[in-house]
Amino acid sequence: MEWETVIGLEIHAQLATRSKIFSGSATAYGAEPNTQANLVDLGYPGVLPVLNAEAVRMAVRFGLSIGARIAPRSVFARKNYFYPDLPKGYQISQYELPIVAEGSIDIVLDDGTRKRVGITRAHLEEDAGKSLHEGLPGHSGIDLNRAGTPLIEIVSEPDLRSAKEAVAYMKKIHTLVRYLEICDGNMQEGSFRCDANVSVRPKGQEKFGTRAEIKNLNSFRFVEKAINYEIERQIELIESGGKVVQETRLYDPDKGETRSMRSKEEANDYRYFPDPDLLPVVLENELIDKVRASLPELPDEKAARFVRDYGLPEYDAGVLTASREFGAYYEEVVARVGSEPKLCANWVMGDLAAFLNKDGLEIGETKVDAAALAGLVTRIVDNTISGKIAKDVFEAMWASGESADAIIERQGLRQITDTGAIEKAIDEVMAKNPGQLADYRSGKDKLFGFFVGQVMKAMGGKANPAQLNDLLKKKLAG
Amino acid sequence: MSLTRADIENIARLARLQLTEAEIPVYVDSLSRIFAFVGELDRAPTTGISPMAHPLPGLAQRLRADAVSETDHRDLYQQNAPKVEAGLYVVPKVIE
Amino acid sequence: MSAPAATVAALAKGLAAGDFSSVELTRSYLDRIQAAQPGLNAFITVTAEAALAEAAAADAARAAGKAGALTGVPLAHKDIFCTEGVLTTCGSKMLANFVSPYDATVVSGLRRSGTVMLGKLNMDEFAMGSSNETSYFGPVCNPWNVAMVPGGSSGGSAAAVAARLVPAATATDTGGSIRQPAALCGVTGIKPTYGRVSRYGMIAFASSLDQAGLITVSAEDAALLLGPMSGFDPKDSTSVESPVPDYTRTLGDSLEGMTIGIVKEFFDKGLDADCESRIRDAMRVYEKLGATFREVSCPNLPLSVPTYYVVAPAECSSNLARFDGVRFGYRCESPKNLTDLYMRSRGEGFGAEVKRRIMTGTYVLSAGYYDAYYLKAQRVRQLISADFARAFSEVDLLLGPTSPTPAFAIGAKSDDPITMYLNDIYTIGANLAGLPGMSLPCGFVGGLPVGLQLIGPHFSEARMLNAAHRYQLETDWHLQLPAAFA
Repeated sequence: MEWETVIGLEIHAQLATRSKIFSGSATAYGAEPNTQANLVDLGYPGVLPVLNAEAVRMAVRFGLSIGARIAPRSVFARKNYFYPDLPKGYQISQYELPIVAEGSIDIVLDDGTRKRVGITRAHLEEDAGKSLHEGLPGHSGIDLNRAGTPLIEIVSEPDLRSAKEAVAYMKKIHTLVRYLEICDGNMQEGSFRCDANVSVRPKGQEKFGTRAEIKNLNSFRFVEKAINYEIERQIELIESGGKVVQETRLYDPDKGETRSMRSKEEANDYRYFPDPDLLPVVLENELIDKVRASLPELPDEKAARFVRDYGLPEYDAGVLTASREFGAYYEEVVARVGSEPKLCANWVMGDLAAFLNKDGLEIGETKVDAAALAGLVTRIVDNTISGKIAKDVFEAMWASGESADAIIERQGLRQITDTGAIEKAIDEVMAKNPGQLADYRSGKDKLFGFFVGQVMKAMGGKANPAQLNDLLKKKLAG
Repeated sequence: MSLTRADIENIARLARLQLTEAEIPVYVDSLSRIFAFVGELDRAPTTGISPMAHPLPGLAQRLRADAVSETDHRDLYQQNAPKVEAGLYVVPKVIE
Repeated sequence: MSAPAATVAALAKGLAAGDFSSVELTRSYLDRIQAAQPGLNAFITVTAEAALAEAAAADAARAAGKAGALTGVPLAHKDIFCTEGVLTTCGSKMLANFVSPYDATVVSGLRRSGTVMLGKLNMDEFAMGSSNETSYFGPVCNPWNVAMVPGGSSGGSAAAVAARLVPAATATDTGGSIRQPAALCGVTGIKPTYGRVSRYGMIAFASSLDQAGLITVSAEDAALLLGPMSGFDPKDSTSVESPVPDYTRTLGDSLEGMTIGIVKEFFDKGLDADCESRIRDAMRVYEKLGATFREVSCPNLPLSVPTYYVVAPAECSSNLARFDGVRFGYRCESPKNLTDLYMRSRGEGFGAEVKRRIMTGTYVLSAGYYDAYYLKAQRVRQLISADFARAFSEVDLLLGPTSPTPAFAIGAKSDDPITMYLNDIYTIGANLAGLPGMSLPCGFVGGLPVGLQLIGPHFSEARMLNAAHRYQLETDWHLQLPAAFA
């Protein structure tokens, strides 16, 4: 039987506010346990929540960026369950009336087609604390520093049909929240994570299959692996006569498999009701308009502009707009070089990206800034060096922090464009290799490359390649 | 409306309340009576009436400026904690 | 100086005139508390040492010319208010060892006005009760007859003021917990409009109904103390940003032309006939003062008790989920696992009535019952609220009984929750609608006090206090003292 997979994601993005959603505690990551948990975060008797304006503004930013409806009136509700990392015994979240509803985002599939993914809703809620299991035999230690950190939970429609699509969607949201500067996107620190609802159904069947929810996936790789494992598990289960049960599962990255989380199963009656400690959040049109006016150029808009203004292929535009900083870097290089936007794109997406990746650096930490790279590309454009030499120059720039010009001068890498000198070198190579010359002239065209290499070698790689090609062709022809 | 022993046991589990053997029949009886009493609400005509979640109408949530106003008082706050180690609240192992 | 008969107004005057110092005053109250405690059990904690230090500081402030109107006046807080560095139990075993690291906004407001805290007053556990019998620290006795309940949940506050162990006390009212004990103990009680007084630091029972207020000897005293504890609090999202008037300024205003509504449904078959005649007596006093009466009807009001017993338990079941034996409060011995820790800490730490309400609330919110109970009750609440709004379009204030009967015997109703719940039949409506209400002593039946209730529109505390004060100028029920404490 042929199976179809149906996936919906619930992405949790921590909002990059300074203070918590309902208290004045800091949200900074990595503090000593429980030093950033105040009375409100600890759920002390008698304390009350007060809503952080910035968290609301950020949620509105997100909503507007996915073309969603911003609720003029949204309501916080309590989700009741007992868990040690949940100090009040309930999580303040939004249930019936979320702040953001009915948006969508486009992803690009492998075959280059676009697919629209529906976003059912996005709501504000508070994060829970953490249970730590090391060093306390038979016990867990509870750190509530994270408790009360603002989250926006972004719930997609069950529109995704493969693990790859799910990852593409999650990456797209990841890019978007960083563009909007509402989330730092740091997945190791848990700032951006998701739960995946996965089900399978026979192809052509309309009714959804029973879904399992995989909790707390905090890397793109895990999302892909966990979903693929889960798809296989469900298909095997059904094909061997079993039935998928609706349950919460946990992905074990060491074993590469998902397993049932029975402990959370038993009490799935959350008893939601409007939180009487908080009033309805009322958003005036004026505020929404103000937020709209402050939105940055969004990734899709920017990519479209790159295609339009720089003549870039869609793929390049997509890569270059993957982060706001990356796009800004590229645009600075193009502006400084003043021409050849495609060449600039190749350098940014190619060597620069490779070196950043190799050193594990973010674009903000680059060792070759946009001005320096523009300096290098300019030397290619004005024929001072070849593209090949430029690669070595770039490596030297990365290592030393020197400018392209300084390295070209010191190492004498300036390209040779003197026709006489190139011809002289060609003559010498031809004289040294009479056999190959005869073969070439008798029809072995492939030997052209051999001659190019020999001449380049003789000239220390500095010959202008285009000139060399022209001259060599003429000479070899005799 | 009448509740059963199983109802009471389920509610107590959901509310995380350990009841003694002696308490269960008492709650079966008193909650049954409470729900019979509360059942009076059924006769109120509420079609088209919106639920009232808050006693003062028309008020909206006030928003706080995003500023860190708290400093660390962990030691003070943990003086009330039954069990603490290395700054962590200690509980029997959490099994996921 | 005779402490027993004194009101806050008189004490403030005496302090200002230098007739006595705050230390002397505080000492005399501490002596009365000590003598009365075994018989009444009104206090859970007496903070004698701190009180004397605060009194000395008040005297020093006065000597330095920095005294305000209330500087040096002693009072005590219901043990539901968090008090920094002082045991705050909420009447529960769950918090029997809980020392609050912070002050409730009400506490800090009154502290700032210079008042001296004598201690923390007994109450029904987590304010759930109408007789003060659910306290983990034992029942409070009614100073008028120690075999009788003082009412609840603010039974300690009412008994302490009635016996003049304190000149005034803070209290809270979720379904009548200020007004009903005030009525049963023959003292004055005010529950302000929801949102008038900050709930920050007041341990929550039912967040949409809870409101802090006062139990005092007189309406004038309530007017003096309400100002410093009222007002907008940025820490409470439900507190209201509207200025606090000087409640003392309008106390003496004429009642000429005031229309008072008599709610038909308040004079039902459950109302004790003798109590009703005390209320009718009070109406004659108001007529003499120039007020006119009009009968009004709030047809949905009889549903207020069942409505309340859905809404309040629902909120309480969630509010009390934080008591889990992890960060504060009672924790069971050697828990076997996490579930055992929760189940036993909560099962052992909460008393019978609290558990009953948590279970009731858990049930009405649970899957399949939410619409039938919780939403239904919130809709009826809307109807009740609309009934009041309609009444207030015709009248300035409503008048009626506070409680259907005078104080009943300790143990008399503790077996049947419904009978107990019906004690609050006249008070709950104001909580559901967020309205301010007062109870004033208006006579006796069989040697036990009877309370007269006033209910006003939102934020009409000044008008209500004015009406209460004018009544108290004509009567002396509020100045009567139980013989044992005279």
